[in-house]
Amino acid sequence: MTDLLRTRVLGQSPRRVDGPAKVTGTARYAGDQHVVDPAYAHLVQAEAARGVVTGVDVSAARAVDGVLAVLTPDDAPRLASTEDAELAAFQSHDVAFRGQVVAAVIASTREVAREAAALVRVEIDRQPHDAHLGTDRDDLYAPEKVNTGAETDTSRGDVATALAHSPFTLDQTYTTAWYNNNPMEPHTTTALWLDGDLALYESTQGVHTTREAMAKVFGLDPERVHVIAPHVGGGFGSKGTPHVHTVIAAMAARAVPGTPVKLALTRQQMFSLVGYRTPTIQRVRLGCDAAGRLASLEVDAVSQTSRIKEFAEQTAVPARMMYAAPNRRTTHRLAALDVPVPSWMRAPGECPGMFGPEVAMDELANACGIDPVEFRVRNEPDVEPESGKPFSSRNLVACLREGARRFGWEHRDPTPRARVESGWFVGTGVAASTYPVNRTPGSAATIRCTGPRRYLVRIGAADLGTGTWTSLAQVAADALGVDFADVELRIGDTASPKASVAGGSSGITSWGSTVVAAAEAFREEFGDDPAEGDEAGAEMPGNDAGDTYAMHAFGAQFAEVRVHVDTGEVRVPRLLGVFAVGRVVNPRLARSQLVGGMTMGLSMALHEHSVPDERFGHVVNHDFAEYHIATNSDVPHVEAHWVEEHDPHTNPMGTKGIGEIGIVGTAAAIVNAAHHATGVRVRDLPVTLDHFL
Amino acid sequence: MDGEIELRVDGRRRRLRVDTRTTLLDALRDGIGANAPKKGCDHGQCGACTVLLDGRRAITCLTFAVAHDGTEVTTAEGLADGERLHPVQEAFLERDALQCGFCTPGQVCSAIGVLDEAAAGHPSVVTEDLTGPVELTDDEIRERMSGNLCRCGAYVAIVDAVRDGAR
Amino acid sequence: MPFDYRRAPDPEGAVAAATGWPGVAFLAGGTNLVDHMKLGLAAPDVLVDISRLPLDTVAELPDGGLRIGATVRNADLAAHPVVRRDYPVLARALLSGASGQIRNLATTGGNLLQRTRCVYFQDLTTPCNKREPGTGCSAIGGYTRHHAILGASAHCVATHPSDMAVAMAALDAQVAVLGPAGRRVVPLVELHRLPGEEPHRDTVLSPSDLITSVDLPPLPPGTRSQYRKVRDRASFAFALVSVAAVLRVEDGVVRDARIALGGVAHKPWRARRAEDVLLGSPADEEVFRRAIDAELAGAAPLEGNGFKVPLTRNLAVSALRELSREER
Repeated sequence: MTDLLRTRVLGQSPRRVDGPAKVTGTARYAGDQHVVDPAYAHLVQAEAARGVVTGVDVSAARAVDGVLAVLTPDDAPRLASTEDAELAAFQSHDVAFRGQVVAAVIASTREVAREAAALVRVEIDRQPHDAHLGTDRDDLYAPEKVNTGAETDTSRGDVATALAHSPFTLDQTYTTAWYNNNPMEPHTTTALWLDGDLALYESTQGVHTTREAMAKVFGLDPERVHVIAPHVGGGFGSKGTPHVHTVIAAMAARAVPGTPVKLALTRQQMFSLVGYRTPTIQRVRLGCDAAGRLASLEVDAVSQTSRIKEFAEQTAVPARMMYAAPNRRTTHRLAALDVPVPSWMRAPGECPGMFGPEVAMDELANACGIDPVEFRVRNEPDVEPESGKPFSSRNLVACLREGARRFGWEHRDPTPRARVESGWFVGTGVAASTYPVNRTPGSAATIRCTGPRRYLVRIGAADLGTGTWTSLAQVAADALGVDFADVELRIGDTASPKASVAGGSSGITSWGSTVVAAAEAFREEFGDDPAEGDEAGAEMPGNDAGDTYAMHAFGAQFAEVRVHVDTGEVRVPRLLGVFAVGRVVNPRLARSQLVGGMTMGLSMALHEHSVPDERFGHVVNHDFAEYHIATNSDVPHVEAHWVEEHDPHTNPMGTKGIGEIGIVGTAAAIVNAAHHATGVRVRDLPVTLDHFL
Repeated sequence: MDGEIELRVDGRRRRLRVDTRTTLLDALRDGIGANAPKKGCDHGQCGACTVLLDGRRAITCLTFAVAHDGTEVTTAEGLADGERLHPVQEAFLERDALQCGFCTPGQVCSAIGVLDEAAAGHPSVVTEDLTGPVELTDDEIRERMSGNLCRCGAYVAIVDAVRDGAR
Repeated sequence: MPFDYRRAPDPEGAVAAATGWPGVAFLAGGTNLVDHMKLGLAAPDVLVDISRLPLDTVAELPDGGLRIGATVRNADLAAHPVVRRDYPVLARALLSGASGQIRNLATTGGNLLQRTRCVYFQDLTTPCNKREPGTGCSAIGGYTRHHAILGASAHCVATHPSDMAVAMAALDAQVAVLGPAGRRVVPLVELHRLPGEEPHRDTVLSPSDLITSVDLPPLPPGTRSQYRKVRDRASFAFALVSVAAVLRVEDGVVRDARIALGGVAHKPWRARRAEDVLLGSPADEEVFRRAIDAELAGAAPLEGNGFKVPLTRNLAVSALRELSREER
């Protein structure tokens, strides 16, 4: 048990520290940083999904006035490490997916770089490719582990017998689409070599993770790689792991010594080079008794990975801890295809993995004639079902009840297709949310007294829009027992001590625990009246509570859906979420995070769908005109609330992480509401109008 | 091939030589260092590059700089008077109508355009009576702000901020 | 590719500059052409900027109609008091297209001449007969959600993306064109082509033809019009299907009916068969349904866009129903 921080600033709602710079456009993102006379790099991508590069003719490109260098597999310098195949730019002639980078042009202007890149002729000896994901494949395989290191398969009891003896059963297959993270800021790197040191202005969720990856690829001491990212234009996972363009920017800068090189991916290139959420196929089998108690729960998840690098989405993992059922089984299978490398996207595992089961719960609740809120309450487990650990806190029921109250659920007539208002079918639906409390080791922080009651807190953390500039300063203020205004936070730079990546909603848990430890160390050494220049630091302390307790955040989301009687158009006039996420550091910013997650969930439910054309092997709707994300008009009313939750086990702040849980369950709530509105059960996302015609 | 143009950017006169291929967005960012407009898609599909051109909101990624000789450009940076923010910017801060902030300069410029267009009585597709004056309801704000994508999902707060900024 | 930029002195000068020079393109709002130049779909040697020509006014004609200059911005046209009062179908079509900050740039002429948004057309790495004649059509057998159900060919199944043009088709607009041989008028419904065997030709114009204005004939008193658009999100998206309907009902009988469909064909699709059924018939739901069904009898959906047939039917019937209701 942790002694929770005494809160003065925590729980207050100071405005975003970086807000004034952002509303005036003066906040500097990776492409905005001023460098002297930069050169520009533009990428050339493979137009085949599988094959071997047999020739790259750069003569026409080189002949363009202003072209400084061209990198190709024929003559690019060797890298020190090619262990991460995704980062091994130009190290082999093999083409493993359509859109793989096969050359890069460096020129004195953007226009010339783009013009010359179009003149590079790449010959590829094409081989038959395979980009088909389906359960009909005979080469699906079980990965050793799935993302986060979880077990691939789990089993308790006897699901087959339990299912056979259940009076109410469900056996359905649900699919989620291929999604691209699409942060508004395209991945951008500005690279410069100085005396053998590499400096990068980078769009990254972790300056130190970028540093370590680049140090390894280029065979450098990590201290010689300097990464700066004070502001990041969204990431949603796609800037969490290093991608190849960063390596290429550094190679390009090395090719033009003394000149900084800017490389900004185009929106289209982002569909093949910076990861994405794999499509998933989820077979869900449930069996329950007449009272709605689950006897059996099974999820079999199939997803894709690339041939050159494995990523195993942990789709079935949330089913292991959500509901009680004595007999249960989960599996993960992968198809290794000639496709771009999938990776993290906001709530990997939980986001797709709570779609199928939460729709299935609705279907089974309907089959039993039990209200879907009540159905979930009846399946509330006493301990984490598979591990047997007690929960550090679990307030799903409170979220369901509070959400139902706020949403006005009690007057709901469960009959589907029973309400029409002004030409629209109207329905409501519910689904649950969850996300684990993640804690990533490897952070350190320093605190220095810079004047009377003034403190400088340094940690190489990141703010992707999450609010770190503000919320971590709040943590520091309470840890030091000073006012918010007395703390100056410095993040987003490898000049600050090492910090873990901003991912897995682990930022405040990991960095906050570290800052609290640093403050304790500082006070221990220098007391309450330090001298200017006094400095102390600490690394993130361990937390044994994780051995004892299962730690998760929970939530309940309610949706109203309207489907047009004539056209099938789908609208979501109202979304309401109630969450149990431990202590909330900054309500103003937390609300933005939760509402933002739900908004992205709505976007996933109604719009998003990367369309892979198997004939070519790439996503053909690769821009914002065709890959729809929700616009302002699609999001009339989203509200997020939270229940008071005191959890002394997660970390000294008592927080659980809020960046991802908002997107978990939204799509299921919308699908369930669409069924209530129309009687049509959609099991394949997105919920487009053609389902209702 | 180059061209010589003169722009007035955030109140300052700027003369510059541009490649005819240079978009107004790239001229502002690379040529002048006016980094408030952002390149989110470069194809007119996201609105992050929105500025005010001679007082009207416009994207800058699908127009060549060379065609804008003599144009007055106002970016989000130019809307503030030094430290003093424009009321719309102030409302964005108070409502926390931003997260990553990358789309925000475009949102703010677009919001100014929305307020002006509504005041001038210009209808939108959701305006019921095309011939009457425009009441800037939340539905109207949502429709009129729909050319500015926000991936962080700040739309609900953006509508609040634009409504506040209209006062 | 680098290009030369010139400002047109006058419309005649613009046409003269383009005559005999296939590498010349007219630049107005740029919202489609600049996009295409970046994608590598267009690579003109010379851009002749016509945006500052005095073609930017909307004038009322003696017969009660309206003359719209080719460089009138979409936003200005939608906000024009006469358009709002007399041609709501056009105002709504304009306002349902693109976004406010694009409509402030895009022009009347440019809107008409915008090209398809077919993903394969816009992707240089996939075969496309419209982009490179003879290479094949990738949309057939591919992603067809935005593709045609009417008037397509084995060579091309692309759709025309404009909303404005659909409304203008229903309004029997007349397009004034200045070409090397002088001035001529092309009915809007004949401006765009069906793909046939030459899908690379979007319109009947030659590259040196300049649209100078579009005339809208007056609508007889009692005529109602409306534009309905269905898309995959609530705003800022191209139509899956749209309907522009102009209807005049007297004593319960349809006296004038003009219907154009968007999102379903290579051009704004004037639904003549439906109009034939409607004219002189009672303005009731059964007739509306029969009329649209007559039009859609010729529909040939592709795998993946069959939903457009019922969608078009329901949308058109609903639009007509509303217009005839207003009448009562």
